[in-house]
Amino acid sequence: MSEQNAHAQHAEGKHAHHIVSPKTYALILLALLVGTATTVWASYVDLGIWNPVIALAIACTKATLVVLFFMHVKYSSKLTMLTVLAGIFMFLTLIGMTLADYISRAWGQW
Amino acid sequence: MSESTIVKLPDQSTARIPKMNYLSKENGILSWLLTGDHKRIAILYLISLSFFFFIGGALAGLIRLELLTPQADLMATDTYNKVFTMHGVIMIFFFLVPSVPATLGNFLIPMMIGAKDLALPKINLLSWYLYMAGGLLALYTMATGGVDTGWTFTTPLSTHYVNTNVLTTGLAAFIAGFSSIFTGLNFIVTIHKMRAPGMTWFKLPLFVWAHYAASVLMVLATPVVAIAIVLVALERTIGIGVFDPTKGGDPILFQHLFWFYSHPAVYIMILPGMGVISEVISTFSRKRVFGYTAVAFSSVAIAIFGFFVWAHHMFIMGISNYAVLVFSLLTMLVAVPSAIKIFNWTFTLYKGSITFETPMIYAFGFMGLFTIGGLTGVFLGVSGTDIHLTETYFIVAHFHFVMVGGMLMAFLSGIHFWWPKMTGRMYPEKISQLAAVVTFIGFNFTFFPQFILGTLGMPRRYASYPPEFQILNVFSTAGATILGVGYLLPVLYLVWSLRYGKIAGNNPWQATGLEWQTQSPPLTENFVKMPIMDHDVYDYEWLEAQQEKEKEVASA
Amino acid sequence: MPDSSAVEHGASVAAEHEEHPAYLRHHFESTEQQADATNFAMWLFLLTEIMFFGGLFTAYLIYRNWYYQAFVAASHQLSIPLGGFNTLLLIVSSFTMAMGVWCAETRRKSGLVLCLCMTLVLGLGFLGVKSVEYREKFEKHHVPSYHYSLNSFLDPDSDEAAKAAGDKPLPLDVARHTEVYFSLYFAMTGMHALHMIIGVGILVFMIFRAQAGAYTTGHVTFVENFGLYWHFVDIIWIFLFPLLYLISRH
Repeated sequence: MSEQNAHAQHAEGKHAHHIVSPKTYALILLALLVGTATTVWASYVDLGIWNPVIALAIACTKATLVVLFFMHVKYSSKLTMLTVLAGIFMFLTLIGMTLADYISRAWGQW
Repeated sequence: MSESTIVKLPDQSTARIPKMNYLSKENGILSWLLTGDHKRIAILYLISLSFFFFIGGALAGLIRLELLTPQADLMATDTYNKVFTMHGVIMIFFFLVPSVPATLGNFLIPMMIGAKDLALPKINLLSWYLYMAGGLLALYTMATGGVDTGWTFTTPLSTHYVNTNVLTTGLAAFIAGFSSIFTGLNFIVTIHKMRAPGMTWFKLPLFVWAHYAASVLMVLATPVVAIAIVLVALERTIGIGVFDPTKGGDPILFQHLFWFYSHPAVYIMILPGMGVISEVISTFSRKRVFGYTAVAFSSVAIAIFGFFVWAHHMFIMGISNYAVLVFSLLTMLVAVPSAIKIFNWTFTLYKGSITFETPMIYAFGFMGLFTIGGLTGVFLGVSGTDIHLTETYFIVAHFHFVMVGGMLMAFLSGIHFWWPKMTGRMYPEKISQLAAVVTFIGFNFTFFPQFILGTLGMPRRYASYPPEFQILNVFSTAGATILGVGYLLPVLYLVWSLRYGKIAGNNPWQATGLEWQTQSPPLTENFVKMPIMDHDVYDYEWLEAQQEKEKEVASA
Repeated sequence: MPDSSAVEHGASVAAEHEEHPAYLRHHFESTEQQADATNFAMWLFLLTEIMFFGGLFTAYLIYRNWYYQAFVAASHQLSIPLGGFNTLLLIVSSFTMAMGVWCAETRRKSGLVLCLCMTLVLGLGFLGVKSVEYREKFEKHHVPSYHYSLNSFLDPDSDEAAKAAGDKPLPLDVARHTEVYFSLYFAMTGMHALHMIIGVGILVFMIFRAQAGAYTTGHVTFVENFGLYWHFVDIIWIFLFPLLYLISRH
């Protein structure tokens, strides 16, 4: 592949190897630390049913940040994104379809 | 049959096997054990798979022999339990799951897409070693007393109530699972990243599509059974309480996790076989596969639907009635893409120039037996009939129709079809046609009576049965003997053909795939120069034009 | 983002291709194809890891709904400060790992070695803290097995952690289900720790190779792929921490 080609591909943003700057990494680290502090703090407050919801929402946000920036998915090909989505989808299928059995076991028996 | 044939062999008096090929490149046992070449690894797999197949087959022979009489007289009942368990474990984890992908897939996928090798040759070799490690562990288990839980390792039986080698067998399945994960991963990467110029997704042979779908299943489903096995092992060794009802665990959760893999696993087993059938049917009827796109997408659809139906194995295990409804309905959906395939193959045959070489006979066997196997699957998917039929011989017959009648037929079809490519020599046609017919007859004799036995209510997994079932069981055992002959024959004549077979030339079947446009056996790098896919897939006119051109060049 | 560095990198890769760098394996056409393929393979491997842990998360979800009271009481036995500190360690190690990848990409050898060493120390720190926690569970007989003890749940006043959380004594049949909680706790954190141990092993190997300059000549795939693995392990912990330590406090 010639140099020109490499440039052209970079312009498309397809295969070009994007280098994320340390500044971005530092910002993400900061966000993750804030998220951790928040989730610990929130766990001491009694929010009833919202406790797990908030904890999981924060965890999902943190995980998304790690995936997008530390793992470079934001700068990767569509194929990589699709792979990540496939993983999440199958994970939800496993949980959802299994729960379909568990939540309906007692239906009609009360 | 000699006048209606497409076989085009070179002049035998002058033909030579090419001196430079992947077999002759290096010599010595180490050159095989440390090879990165996908073709050599495929051969390693072929040899080891056949070995495990005959061990599993011998165990099946013992089962049939025991069932010849109503009493449990050949072996003790717990020995019988061990025999059928080991038969299942070996046949499923060490033959059916890796059968077509690890041998034919390994050998052909890089050649079909015009690549020099799989994307990760070292990982490919690693998966063979994992396979062997798992297989030897399973043999060790068998030698040191076996295991008697059934191949499903059902809890709490496997965790609490049996005192046999559950741990080592589980570990063997776990290791074999990783072998299969790495094979699938390798295929996906290769198909995405290694295609030759011009080889677009819709020019891929259907064999590749089928393997792609199966690989997705391997990668996504296998880890779940791995964790289930780990939990069983932890429960047996240190006594954690995830599946233990006395501690509050739910044994059915194990089945959910187990069948989350093991149902898709049957599609891992059958999809590559369907890929073989697509190639064979097209080649021997000289036609492009009818509805190429539909067949390609039906593979993907089977893979996707396959994930949503697992609980139909658990209808009588105590899952909720509502879940039974949902899973029963979803199970019906899988029939649609399977039927698409069968119909499209039939339409491919329609007005084709059909010839009856051995691979084609096996392929016809596949279509018939797989259809019966698939349709009886509907009986088991409907929750009402399932309650009557499950855990009887009906389910045994259904499973064997799909797996042995379907997958094994496809495997043999593929082995015969690509044997000239793998070895450079033809197998003997007449005797192999005989073997195909013997297999078909033997198969039906063995397993058809079991459908009747099942509907009459004979339960599976018992060494003894009421005397009124004896006549059908004798039929079944007699058929198994014929079937055994049908499986032994290919081993004999295929080995014979390695030395004495006719020289095949590049393309004995006049097939269109890229793998046939290079020498047989191929070079280590597969192609002399990078092939360019400038024609459509299954384009027989292109092939003819190409051969005309070559003739002109030769005569000029 | 400093775009110029990306272009510079792309250009250097293209220049190297002319003379076939030694690390280009024979069956690939270009280094880009090779990097692409191995990167994709790593992602697929992580996909299998998601499903591997997926089974455990499913089990956790089901039993938490079944045995909520027992899970609340049992989770009081975990120390939030220790768990939080561990989260901190892992997140920072993820950052140092990301910086390591950046150093490799921009060919800073000493920077890479430093980052990898820091990641190693933080990873070992995590395992150290984890072993302290495990030890406490062993001492209290909270490891699910035949010696499992229900004392802390039947009689919370005898147990400091339970007392501090203000637990009420649980009836025997409810208390027994704490064993399911600890089964899952050990299965999940144990599986996670196993991944950490494997990661630490590979890190040691990588530090030696990085010292020899293996990853700072343009061939960064290995460091990148290991980075993906390490971040993935981090993500698992990001979920384990709230699930096991935090959400059942009340």
